[in-house]
Amino acid sequence: MVKDLLIILIGSSLVSNVVLSQFLGLCPFLGVSKKTKTASGMGIAVIFVITLASLVAGVIYKYILIPCNITYLQTIVFILVIAALVQFVEMFLKKYIPSLYESLGVYLPLITTNCAVLGVALTNVQKNYGIIEGVVNGFATAVGFTISIVILAGIREKMEYNDVPESFKGMPIVLVTAGLMAIAFCGFSGLL
Amino acid sequence: MNSAKERLINGLIKENPTFVLMLGMCPTLAVTTSAMNGLGMGLTTMVVLALSNAFISLLRNIIPDKVRIPAFIVIIASFVTMVELLLEGFIPSLYDALGIYIPLIVVNCIILGRAEAYASKNGVIASLFDGIGMGLGFSFALTCIGAVRELIGAGTLFGYKVMPESYVPSTIFIMAPGAFFVLALLTAVQNKIKIAGEKRGKDMSKIQSGCGSDCMNCKDMGCAQRMIKEEEEGKANG
Repeated sequence: MVKDLLIILIGSSLVSNVVLSQFLGLCPFLGVSKKTKTASGMGIAVIFVITLASLVAGVIYKYILIPCNITYLQTIVFILVIAALVQFVEMFLKKYIPSLYESLGVYLPLITTNCAVLGVALTNVQKNYGIIEGVVNGFATAVGFTISIVILAGIREKMEYNDVPESFKGMPIVLVTAGLMAIAFCGFSGLL
Repeated sequence: MNSAKERLINGLIKENPTFVLMLGMCPTLAVTTSAMNGLGMGLTTMVVLALSNAFISLLRNIIPDKVRIPAFIVIIASFVTMVELLLEGFIPSLYDALGIYIPLIVVNCIILGRAEAYASKNGVIASLFDGIGMGLGFSFALTCIGAVRELIGAGTLFGYKVMPESYVPSTIFIMAPGAFFVLALLTAVQNKIKIAGEKRGKDMSKIQSGCGSDCMNCKDMGCAQRMIKEEEEGKANG
Protein backbone atom coordinates (compact mmCIF):
# COMPACT_ATOMS: atom_id res chain seq x y z
CA MET A 1 0.00 0.00 0.00
CA VAL A 2 2.72 2.47 1.03
CA LYS A 3 4.74 1.42 -1.99
CA ASP A 4 1.80 2.06 -4.32
CA LEU A 5 1.26 5.49 -2.83
CA LEU A 6 4.95 6.31 -3.19
CA ILE A 7 4.84 5.31 -6.85
CA ILE A 8 1.80 7.55 -7.40
CA LEU A 9 3.58 10.38 -5.58
CA ILE A 10 6.70 10.24 -7.73
CA GLY A 11 4.86 9.38 -10.92
CA SER A 12 2.43 12.28 -10.75
CA SER A 13 4.82 14.92 -9.50
CA LEU A 14 7.89 14.25 -11.63
CA VAL A 15 7.47 11.61 -14.33
CA SER A 16 4.18 12.70 -15.85
CA ASN A 17 4.37 16.30 -14.72
CA VAL A 18 1.00 18.00 -14.99
CA VAL A 19 2.16 21.04 -16.96
CA LEU A 20 5.20 19.85 -18.84
CA SER A 21 3.88 16.54 -20.11
CA GLN A 22 0.10 16.82 -19.82
CA PHE A 23 -0.38 20.53 -20.60
CA LEU A 24 -2.93 21.09 -17.85
CA GLY A 25 -2.95 24.40 -15.99
CA LEU A 26 -0.98 26.12 -18.71
CA CYS A 27 -2.63 29.52 -18.21
CA PRO A 28 -1.40 30.14 -14.64
CA PHE A 29 1.89 28.41 -15.50
CA LEU A 30 2.65 31.03 -18.14
CA GLY A 31 0.78 33.92 -16.56
CA VAL A 32 1.84 33.91 -12.91
CA SER A 33 5.49 32.96 -13.37
CA LYS A 34 7.13 36.36 -13.63
CA LYS A 35 8.46 36.38 -10.04
CA THR A 36 9.42 33.45 -7.83
CA LYS A 37 7.48 34.92 -4.92
CA THR A 38 4.12 35.05 -6.69
CA ALA A 39 4.87 31.73 -8.38
CA SER A 40 5.38 29.97 -5.06
CA GLY A 41 2.23 31.64 -3.67
CA MET A 42 0.25 30.34 -6.63
CA GLY A 43 1.85 26.92 -6.18
CA ILE A 44 0.81 26.67 -2.53
CA ALA A 45 -2.74 27.78 -3.36
CA VAL A 46 -2.91 25.12 -6.08
CA ILE A 47 -1.64 22.41 -3.71
CA PHE A 48 -4.30 23.44 -1.21
CA VAL A 49 -7.19 23.51 -3.68
CA ILE A 50 -6.31 20.40 -5.69
CA THR A 51 -5.79 18.23 -2.61
CA LEU A 52 -9.11 19.39 -1.17
CA ALA A 53 -10.91 19.07 -4.52
CA SER A 54 -9.69 15.53 -5.13
CA LEU A 55 -10.87 14.54 -1.64
CA VAL A 56 -14.33 16.04 -2.15
CA ALA A 57 -14.67 14.74 -5.72
CA GLY A 58 -13.56 11.27 -4.59
CA VAL A 59 -16.10 11.17 -1.76
CA ILE A 60 -18.92 12.37 -4.00
CA TYR A 61 -18.03 9.88 -6.71
CA LYS A 62 -17.89 6.93 -4.32
CA TYR A 63 -20.89 7.69 -2.11
CA ILE A 64 -23.28 9.52 -4.45
CA LEU A 65 -22.55 8.86 -8.11
CA ILE A 66 -21.79 5.12 -7.90
CA PRO A 67 -24.71 4.14 -5.60
CA CYS A 68 -27.16 6.16 -7.74
CA ASN A 69 -25.64 4.72 -10.91
CA ILE A 70 -25.15 8.13 -12.52
CA THR A 71 -21.38 8.04 -13.07
CA TYR A 72 -21.86 9.43 -16.58
CA LEU A 73 -22.72 12.78 -14.98
CA GLN A 74 -19.21 13.05 -13.49
CA THR A 75 -18.02 15.96 -15.64
CA ILE A 76 -21.01 18.15 -14.76
CA VAL A 77 -20.91 17.26 -11.07
CA PHE A 78 -17.15 17.73 -10.73
CA ILE A 79 -17.02 21.14 -12.36
CA LEU A 80 -19.85 22.47 -10.23
CA VAL A 81 -18.36 21.00 -7.06
CA ILE A 82 -14.96 22.51 -7.81
CA ALA A 83 -16.38 25.95 -8.58
CA ALA A 84 -18.45 25.89 -5.39
CA LEU A 85 -15.52 24.58 -3.37
CA VAL A 86 -13.18 27.35 -4.45
CA GLN A 87 -15.81 29.97 -3.60
CA PHE A 88 -16.36 28.34 -0.24
CA VAL A 89 -12.66 28.11 0.58
CA GLU A 90 -12.28 31.77 -0.30
CA MET A 91 -15.14 32.81 2.00
CA PHE A 92 -13.92 30.54 4.78
CA LEU A 93 -10.35 31.86 4.67
CA LYS A 94 -11.54 35.47 4.50
CA LYS A 95 -13.59 35.07 7.65
CA TYR A 96 -11.55 32.74 9.82
CA ILE A 97 -7.90 32.79 8.71
CA PRO A 98 -7.34 36.31 7.32
CA SER A 99 -3.56 35.98 7.40
CA LEU A 100 -3.69 32.99 5.06
CA TYR A 101 -6.31 34.73 2.94
CA GLU A 102 -4.01 37.67 2.44
CA SER A 103 -1.27 35.48 1.05
CA LEU A 104 -3.43 33.10 -1.03
CA GLY A 105 -6.55 35.20 -1.69
CA VAL A 106 -5.55 36.70 -5.01
CA TYR A 107 -4.75 33.30 -6.47
CA LEU A 108 -7.95 31.51 -5.53
CA PRO A 109 -10.27 32.99 -8.19
CA LEU A 110 -7.65 32.12 -10.80
CA ILE A 111 -7.86 28.47 -9.86
CA THR A 112 -11.58 28.01 -10.54
CA THR A 113 -11.07 27.81 -14.27
CA ASN A 114 -7.78 25.95 -13.96
CA CYS A 115 -8.14 22.76 -15.98
CA ALA A 116 -5.62 20.95 -13.76
CA VAL A 117 -8.17 20.73 -10.93
CA LEU A 118 -10.84 19.13 -13.10
CA GLY A 119 -8.15 17.09 -14.82
CA VAL A 120 -7.01 15.52 -11.54
CA ALA A 121 -10.57 14.67 -10.48
CA LEU A 122 -11.20 12.97 -13.83
CA THR A 123 -7.86 11.14 -13.84
CA ASN A 124 -8.61 9.73 -10.39
CA VAL A 125 -11.84 8.25 -11.73
CA GLN A 126 -10.25 7.03 -14.94
CA LYS A 127 -7.47 5.20 -13.11
CA ASN A 128 -9.87 3.71 -10.55
CA TYR A 129 -8.11 5.30 -7.61
CA GLY A 130 -9.70 5.02 -4.17
CA ILE A 131 -10.18 8.09 -2.02
CA ILE A 132 -6.74 7.93 -0.33
CA GLU A 133 -4.94 7.21 -3.59
CA GLY A 134 -6.90 10.02 -5.22
CA VAL A 135 -5.88 12.53 -2.56
CA VAL A 136 -2.23 11.47 -2.81
CA ASN A 137 -2.43 11.76 -6.60
CA GLY A 138 -3.98 15.22 -6.32
CA PHE A 139 -1.33 16.36 -3.84
CA ALA A 140 1.49 14.97 -5.99
CA THR A 141 0.13 16.57 -9.16
CA ALA A 142 -0.09 19.93 -7.43
CA VAL A 143 3.44 19.56 -6.05
CA GLY A 144 4.61 18.86 -9.61
CA PHE A 145 2.86 22.03 -10.73
CA THR A 146 4.55 24.02 -7.96
CA ILE A 147 7.99 22.63 -8.77
CA SER A 148 7.72 23.53 -12.45
CA ILE A 149 6.20 26.99 -11.96
CA VAL A 150 8.86 27.98 -9.39
CA ILE A 151 11.68 26.76 -11.65
CA LEU A 152 10.21 28.65 -14.62
CA ALA A 153 9.85 31.82 -12.53
CA GLY A 154 13.47 31.52 -11.44
CA ILE A 155 14.64 31.22 -15.03
CA ARG A 156 12.44 34.12 -16.14
CA GLU A 157 13.89 36.37 -13.44
CA LYS A 158 17.38 35.70 -14.76
CA MET A 159 16.25 36.05 -18.37
CA GLU A 160 15.09 39.64 -17.88
CA TYR A 161 18.65 40.83 -18.44
CA ASN A 162 19.17 38.81 -21.61
CA ASP A 163 19.05 40.21 -25.09
CA VAL A 164 16.19 38.36 -26.77
CA PRO A 165 15.37 38.80 -30.50
CA GLU A 166 12.47 41.21 -30.92
CA SER A 167 9.95 38.70 -32.24
CA PHE A 168 10.75 36.29 -29.44
CA LYS A 169 10.18 38.81 -26.65
CA GLY A 170 7.42 37.95 -24.19
CA MET A 171 5.54 34.70 -24.63
CA PRO A 172 7.66 32.93 -27.31
CA ILE A 173 10.88 32.86 -25.27
CA VAL A 174 8.95 31.66 -22.21
CA LEU A 175 7.50 28.83 -24.30
CA VAL A 176 10.97 27.89 -25.55
CA THR A 177 12.13 27.81 -21.92
CA ALA A 178 9.16 25.63 -21.00
CA GLY A 179 10.03 23.30 -23.90
CA LEU A 180 13.61 22.94 -22.65
CA MET A 181 12.28 22.25 -19.16
CA ALA A 182 10.00 19.60 -20.64
CA ILE A 183 13.02 17.92 -22.22
CA ALA A 184 14.74 17.94 -18.83
CA PHE A 185 11.68 16.44 -17.19
CA CYS A 186 11.66 13.67 -19.82
CA GLY A 187 14.77 12.47 -18.00
CA PHE A 188 12.65 11.53 -15.00
CA SER A 189 10.88 8.84 -17.02
CA GLY A 190 13.65 6.40 -16.13
CA LEU A 191 12.78 6.85 -12.45
CA LEU A 192 9.95 4.33 -12.30
CA MET B 1 -27.98 34.38 -44.90
CA ASN B 2 -25.42 37.15 -45.17
CA SER B 3 -24.74 37.30 -41.46
CA ALA B 4 -24.26 33.52 -41.27
CA LYS B 5 -21.57 33.71 -43.94
CA GLU B 6 -19.98 36.66 -42.17
CA ARG B 7 -19.86 34.71 -38.88
CA LEU B 8 -18.21 31.72 -40.59
CA ILE B 9 -15.47 33.86 -42.15
CA ASN B 10 -15.04 35.76 -38.90
CA GLY B 11 -14.35 32.56 -36.95
CA LEU B 12 -12.25 30.95 -39.62
CA ILE B 13 -9.96 33.85 -40.45
CA LYS B 14 -10.52 37.24 -38.86
CA GLU B 15 -10.83 36.05 -35.29
CA ASN B 16 -9.33 32.60 -35.57
CA PRO B 17 -9.38 31.35 -31.96
CA THR B 18 -5.93 29.77 -32.10
CA PHE B 19 -3.86 31.80 -34.56
CA VAL B 20 -5.27 35.24 -33.76
CA LEU B 21 -6.84 35.18 -30.30
CA MET B 22 -4.64 32.42 -28.80
CA LEU B 23 -7.39 30.84 -26.76
CA GLY B 24 -7.75 27.28 -25.56
CA MET B 25 -4.06 26.50 -25.59
CA CYS B 26 -4.17 23.45 -23.28
CA PRO B 27 -5.98 21.13 -25.72
CA THR B 28 -4.14 22.71 -28.64
CA LEU B 29 -0.81 21.56 -27.29
CA ALA B 30 -1.90 18.27 -25.83
CA VAL B 31 -3.73 16.58 -28.69
CA THR B 32 -1.86 17.81 -31.75
CA THR B 33 0.54 14.87 -31.83
CA SER B 34 -0.86 14.00 -35.25
CA ALA B 35 -3.00 15.74 -37.86
CA MET B 36 -5.79 13.21 -37.36
CA ASN B 37 -5.98 13.81 -33.59
CA GLY B 38 -5.95 17.55 -34.14
CA LEU B 39 -8.82 17.30 -36.63
CA GLY B 40 -10.79 15.01 -34.32
CA MET B 41 -10.39 17.32 -31.36
CA GLY B 42 -11.27 20.35 -33.45
CA LEU B 43 -14.45 18.80 -34.82
CA THR B 44 -15.50 17.55 -31.38
CA THR B 45 -15.04 21.03 -29.97
CA MET B 46 -16.95 22.48 -32.93
CA VAL B 47 -19.98 20.29 -32.27
CA VAL B 48 -20.03 21.27 -28.60
CA LEU B 49 -19.45 24.94 -29.41
CA ALA B 50 -22.21 25.13 -32.04
CA LEU B 51 -24.78 23.28 -29.92
CA SER B 52 -24.05 25.14 -26.69
CA ASN B 53 -24.05 28.48 -28.53
CA ALA B 54 -27.45 27.75 -30.06
CA PHE B 55 -28.89 26.50 -26.78
CA ILE B 56 -27.56 29.40 -24.71
CA SER B 57 -28.90 31.85 -27.27
CA LEU B 58 -32.28 30.13 -27.04
CA LEU B 59 -32.32 30.52 -23.26
CA ARG B 60 -30.72 33.95 -23.13
CA ASN B 61 -33.91 35.69 -21.97
CA ILE B 62 -34.73 33.08 -19.34
CA ILE B 63 -31.38 32.75 -17.56
CA PRO B 64 -31.06 35.41 -14.81
CA ASP B 65 -28.02 37.59 -15.26
CA LYS B 66 -26.53 36.83 -11.84
CA VAL B 67 -26.27 33.07 -12.27
CA ARG B 68 -25.48 33.04 -15.98
CA ILE B 69 -21.94 31.67 -15.68
CA PRO B 70 -22.90 28.54 -13.67
CA ALA B 71 -25.88 28.07 -16.00
CA PHE B 72 -23.64 28.29 -19.07
CA ILE B 73 -21.18 25.83 -17.55
CA VAL B 74 -23.95 23.31 -16.86
CA ILE B 75 -25.24 23.60 -20.44
CA ILE B 76 -21.72 23.22 -21.87
CA ALA B 77 -20.92 20.29 -19.56
CA SER B 78 -24.14 18.53 -20.62
CA PHE B 79 -23.26 18.79 -24.31
CA VAL B 80 -19.70 17.65 -23.62
CA THR B 81 -21.03 14.60 -21.77
CA MET B 82 -23.35 13.77 -24.69
CA VAL B 83 -20.56 14.10 -27.24
CA GLU B 84 -18.26 12.03 -25.04
CA LEU B 85 -20.80 9.19 -24.82
CA LEU B 86 -21.41 9.32 -28.59
CA LEU B 87 -17.68 9.17 -29.33
CA GLU B 88 -17.20 6.29 -26.93
CA GLY B 89 -19.98 4.40 -28.71
CA PHE B 90 -19.27 5.19 -32.35
CA ILE B 91 -15.61 6.26 -32.76
CA PRO B 92 -13.80 4.42 -29.95
CA SER B 93 -10.37 4.91 -31.58
CA LEU B 94 -10.69 8.70 -31.39
CA TYR B 95 -12.13 8.42 -27.89
CA ASP B 96 -9.03 6.52 -26.75
CA ALA B 97 -6.63 8.88 -28.51
CA LEU B 98 -8.13 12.04 -26.99
CA GLY B 99 -8.75 10.50 -23.57
CA ILE B 100 -9.12 12.96 -20.72
CA TYR B 101 -9.07 15.97 -23.04
CA ILE B 102 -12.66 15.30 -24.17
CA PRO B 103 -14.25 16.04 -20.76
CA LEU B 104 -11.80 18.92 -20.41
CA ILE B 105 -13.51 20.67 -23.35
CA VAL B 106 -15.77 22.04 -20.60
CA VAL B 107 -13.02 24.32 -19.33
CA ASN B 108 -11.86 25.35 -22.80
CA CYS B 109 -12.08 29.13 -22.65
CA ILE B 110 -13.21 29.45 -26.28
CA ILE B 111 -16.59 27.94 -25.46
CA LEU B 112 -17.40 29.98 -22.37
CA GLY B 113 -15.94 33.01 -24.11
CA ARG B 114 -18.27 32.69 -27.11
CA ALA B 115 -21.24 32.02 -24.82
CA GLU B 116 -20.56 35.23 -22.90
CA ALA B 117 -19.49 37.40 -25.78
CA TYR B 118 -21.84 36.32 -28.55
CA ALA B 119 -24.51 33.74 -27.83
CA SER B 120 -25.95 35.51 -24.80
CA LYS B 121 -26.65 38.61 -26.87
CA ASN B 122 -27.59 37.37 -30.34
CA GLY B 123 -30.21 35.24 -32.09
CA VAL B 124 -30.19 31.46 -32.39
CA ILE B 125 -29.20 31.13 -36.07
CA ALA B 126 -26.41 33.70 -35.84
CA SER B 127 -25.07 32.08 -32.65
CA LEU B 128 -25.17 28.63 -34.26
CA PHE B 129 -23.13 29.87 -37.21
CA ASP B 130 -20.79 31.78 -34.91
CA GLY B 131 -20.13 28.49 -33.11
CA ILE B 132 -19.59 26.61 -36.36
CA GLY B 133 -17.27 29.33 -37.66
CA MET B 134 -15.18 29.45 -34.49
CA GLY B 135 -15.14 25.65 -34.39
CA LEU B 136 -13.97 25.43 -38.00
CA GLY B 137 -11.24 27.95 -37.27
CA PHE B 138 -10.16 25.90 -34.26
CA SER B 139 -10.22 22.63 -36.27
CA PHE B 140 -8.22 24.24 -39.07
CA ALA B 141 -5.59 25.50 -36.64
CA LEU B 142 -5.31 22.20 -34.75
CA THR B 143 -5.02 20.24 -38.00
CA CYS B 144 -2.24 22.55 -39.22
CA ILE B 145 -0.28 22.32 -35.98
CA GLY B 146 -0.85 18.55 -35.85
CA ALA B 147 0.29 18.17 -39.47
CA VAL B 148 3.52 20.08 -38.84
CA ARG B 149 4.31 18.08 -35.72
CA GLU B 150 3.46 14.76 -37.38
CA LEU B 151 5.48 15.59 -40.49
CA ILE B 152 8.63 16.53 -38.58
CA GLY B 153 8.20 14.10 -35.71
CA ALA B 154 7.14 10.95 -37.56
CA GLY B 155 7.53 11.72 -41.27
CA THR B 156 3.89 10.92 -41.94
CA LEU B 157 0.74 12.91 -42.72
CA PHE B 158 -2.68 11.62 -41.62
CA GLY B 159 -0.92 8.29 -41.09
CA TYR B 160 0.50 8.08 -44.65
CA LYS B 161 4.24 8.12 -45.17
CA VAL B 162 5.22 11.21 -47.13
CA MET B 163 8.84 11.81 -46.25
CA PRO B 164 11.52 9.82 -48.17
CA GLU B 165 13.08 6.74 -46.58
CA SER B 166 16.29 8.58 -45.81
CA TYR B 167 14.50 11.07 -43.53
CA VAL B 168 15.12 10.36 -39.86
CA PRO B 169 12.14 11.67 -37.87
CA SER B 170 13.00 13.81 -34.85
CA THR B 171 10.67 12.19 -32.39
CA ILE B 172 10.91 15.12 -29.99
CA PHE B 173 8.28 16.95 -32.05
CA ILE B 174 5.53 14.51 -31.26
CA MET B 175 6.56 14.43 -27.61
CA ALA B 176 5.66 17.09 -25.05
CA PRO B 177 8.63 19.46 -25.60
CA GLY B 178 7.87 19.67 -29.33
CA ALA B 179 4.47 21.13 -28.57
CA PHE B 180 6.06 23.99 -26.65
CA PHE B 181 8.56 24.66 -29.44
CA VAL B 182 5.91 24.70 -32.16
CA LEU B 183 3.76 27.08 -30.12
CA ALA B 184 6.80 29.26 -29.39
CA LEU B 185 7.50 29.62 -33.12
CA LEU B 186 3.83 30.31 -33.79
CA THR B 187 3.70 33.13 -31.22
CA ALA B 188 7.00 34.49 -32.53
CA VAL B 189 5.55 34.70 -36.05
CA GLN B 190 2.46 36.35 -34.61
CA ASN B 191 4.62 38.87 -32.75
CA LYS B 192 6.49 39.66 -35.93
CA ILE B 193 3.28 40.31 -37.86
CA LYS B 194 2.01 42.44 -35.02
CA ILE B 195 5.17 44.53 -34.77
CA ALA B 196 5.32 44.99 -38.55
CA GLY B 197 1.65 45.98 -38.61
CA GLU B 198 2.07 48.51 -35.83
CA LYS B 199 4.99 50.08 -37.67
CA ARG B 200 2.73 50.65 -40.64
CA GLY B 201 0.21 52.23 -38.28
CA LYS B 202 -2.42 49.51 -38.42
CA ASP B 203 -4.61 48.62 -35.47
CA MET B 204 -3.29 45.28 -34.27
CA SER B 205 -4.97 45.18 -30.87
CA LYS B 206 -7.00 42.14 -31.91
CA ILE B 207 -3.94 39.94 -32.08
CA GLN B 208 -3.23 38.63 -28.61
CA SER B 209 -0.04 37.22 -27.26
CA GLY B 210 -1.42 34.21 -25.50
CA CYS B 211 -3.66 33.51 -22.57
CA GLY B 212 -0.67 33.65 -20.32
CA SER B 213 0.35 37.21 -20.97
CA ASP B 214 -2.12 38.82 -18.62
CA CYS B 215 -3.81 36.09 -16.64
CA MET B 216 -3.47 38.13 -13.48
CA ASN B 217 -5.83 40.72 -14.91
CA CYS B 218 -8.57 38.43 -16.11
CA LYS B 219 -9.56 37.19 -12.73
CA ASP B 220 -12.60 35.07 -12.29
CA MET B 221 -13.39 34.03 -15.82
CA GLY B 222 -9.95 33.40 -17.14
CA CYS B 223 -9.45 34.28 -20.74
CA ALA B 224 -13.14 34.61 -21.47
CA GLN B 225 -13.12 38.01 -19.83
CA ARG B 226 -10.79 39.36 -22.45
CA MET B 227 -12.97 38.28 -25.33
CA ILE B 228 -15.93 40.09 -23.83
CA LYS B 229 -14.04 43.31 -23.43
CA GLU B 230 -12.92 43.10 -27.02
CA GLU B 231 -16.41 42.48 -28.30
CA GLU B 232 -17.73 45.45 -26.36
CA GLU B 233 -14.97 47.70 -27.57
CA GLY B 234 -15.68 46.53 -31.10
CA LYS B 235 -19.32 47.49 -30.70
CA ALA B 236 -18.42 50.89 -29.29
CA ASN B 237 -16.09 51.58 -32.19
CA GLY B 238 -18.30 50.31 -34.96
